[in-house]
Amino acid sequence: MSAATLERAAGQEPRKKVRQRRKTGERLLHWFTWLLIIWLALPIAVVVAFSFNNPHGRYNYSWTGFTFKYWGSKLFAIPDLTTAVEHSILVAVVATVGATVLGTLVGLAVGKYKFRGQGATNLVQFAAISAPEVVLGSSLATFFLQAHIQEGALTVMAAHIMFCMSFVAITVRARVVGLDPSVEDAAKDLGAGPWDTFRLVTLPMIMPGVIAGAMLAFALSIDDFITTEFTSGSFVTYPLWIWSVSRQGLPPQVNVMGSIIFAVGVIFAIANSVISRRRAA
Amino acid sequence: MRSIRSKLTPYYLMLPGGLWLAIFFAVPIIMMIGLSTMNGNIIAGFGDTWHHFGNYTYGFTQYKSQWIRSAEYAGLGCLISIVLSYPIAYWIAFYGGTRKSTYLFLILLPFFVSFVLRTIAWNYILGDQGLLLEPLKHLHLVSQNFHILATGWAVIIGIVYNYLPFMILPIYVALERVDHKVIEAGRDLYANPVTVFTKVVLPLSLPGVFAGVLLNFVPAASDYVNASVLGGTGNSMIGNVIYDQYFVVQNYPLQASLSFSLMAILLIGIFSYARVLGTEDVLEAAAVA
Repeated sequence: MSAATLERAAGQEPRKKVRQRRKTGERLLHWFTWLLIIWLALPIAVVVAFSFNNPHGRYNYSWTGFTFKYWGSKLFAIPDLTTAVEHSILVAVVATVGATVLGTLVGLAVGKYKFRGQGATNLVQFAAISAPEVVLGSSLATFFLQAHIQEGALTVMAAHIMFCMSFVAITVRARVVGLDPSVEDAAKDLGAGPWDTFRLVTLPMIMPGVIAGAMLAFALSIDDFITTEFTSGSFVTYPLWIWSVSRQGLPPQVNVMGSIIFAVGVIFAIANSVISRRRAA
Repeated sequence: MRSIRSKLTPYYLMLPGGLWLAIFFAVPIIMMIGLSTMNGNIIAGFGDTWHHFGNYTYGFTQYKSQWIRSAEYAGLGCLISIVLSYPIAYWIAFYGGTRKSTYLFLILLPFFVSFVLRTIAWNYILGDQGLLLEPLKHLHLVSQNFHILATGWAVIIGIVYNYLPFMILPIYVALERVDHKVIEAGRDLYANPVTVFTKVVLPLSLPGVFAGVLLNFVPAASDYVNASVLGGTGNSMIGNVIYDQYFVVQNYPLQASLSFSLMAILLIGIFSYARVLGTEDVLEAAAVA
């Protein structure tokens, strides 16, 4: 046996041990990841489970029996809750459309051009995104108060467009930055005007970014609580209604609505990722 | 003519969005600063003084414990979040294989349930007769008068839960970007996995950790939902004070001064962060979330 093989044999032992240890570590991390995913899903499970509960009184706090009735005939038994959910959807749709249009334009401007005031634009946007919600909400509330603007659906929509817009601008900008400018030049060379170039060339290319931004805006708007509470006046959305009755206990209908919104959101997210994956393939 | 028009194009594109941000973000903030130096009350009306900073000193001395509690809860929440998030982000980034996006999706699942509703759900779980404590009490593992709800820890659990995905994602993004060749080179040179981690992987992932701290600390420090749903009466944070000053007491100047103080403190932190490390990581993480 030569010295070299001896050395190799001696070196193999610790390396094997290291690999073994790495495998154990990997397995532990894997378990830990799943444990945390379960912890994150726990409240969702509670919300869904209690939508099937059959409480005796107002308090839907402890398990008393299984029923389907809140998913069926009794789902719309609380008119205020139904209206609140409708309000939430209406606000989210308007905010999504508004924020997507304004945010896409800003994203295009910031991503495609270099101009004076760009730094200031980025700064304001960054501040709008990172400002705490309680500050956004309370400053808007006192602004509406001092300007004698009655709070209601419109003020909520204005606020939602404001905070969703910057998120759309970011996702669109990320897409615009990766674009090849020569494609647009080619369209211009072939005789397309600025509007046709935008409609037929630029917009289809940035569409994935626009759609991602729109979905983000919808999700942010429909779930928003703090800013909405400060700007809503007597206008009630789904999160606000939950908040207003939470001290007396939530009726199971709230859980049913929450479960439906959860399911629809998950289906949309999965569909979006499947479509974009298929498009990429 | 054409070149002038194309020079103006970015301004036209910016105009509607810029105006919206100016009217509904910049103007209210500026008016809030003005309001914060006024005095008076809701019945007698508020007077312009422009040099009255009494609201600020009053806000900091009267609500000192709420300020401290906000910093404590948000800080502890961040710390716990980092400890929980780093191993997971690490595992998904390096061992997630083809299922990386599935794991990230599972981590984002809570965001599909309303923020208020999922916080109230913790009420069900942590309550004295709730899903967690009742079985434990039944088995005599904890004493009968042990409770979590209405303590600071319940608020911290809520904060960690609600903002955890905002910690996992940026750390994941940073780790995912680490070039595997660099790690291999490190392995070849150091051989010791611990050294490779502390000298190569950890420094490269720190921007992600900072971005996560930002995305966690700002909403956590200014939150009032977790404290009111889970914290009972004795654990209110500065967000609760602002809320009460607006909705209950209706002392708008004091509320404005508290809001502005909170924003100033947080923004100074954010901008010094942005100067050192750039805004890209935070914006990217926010967009991914």
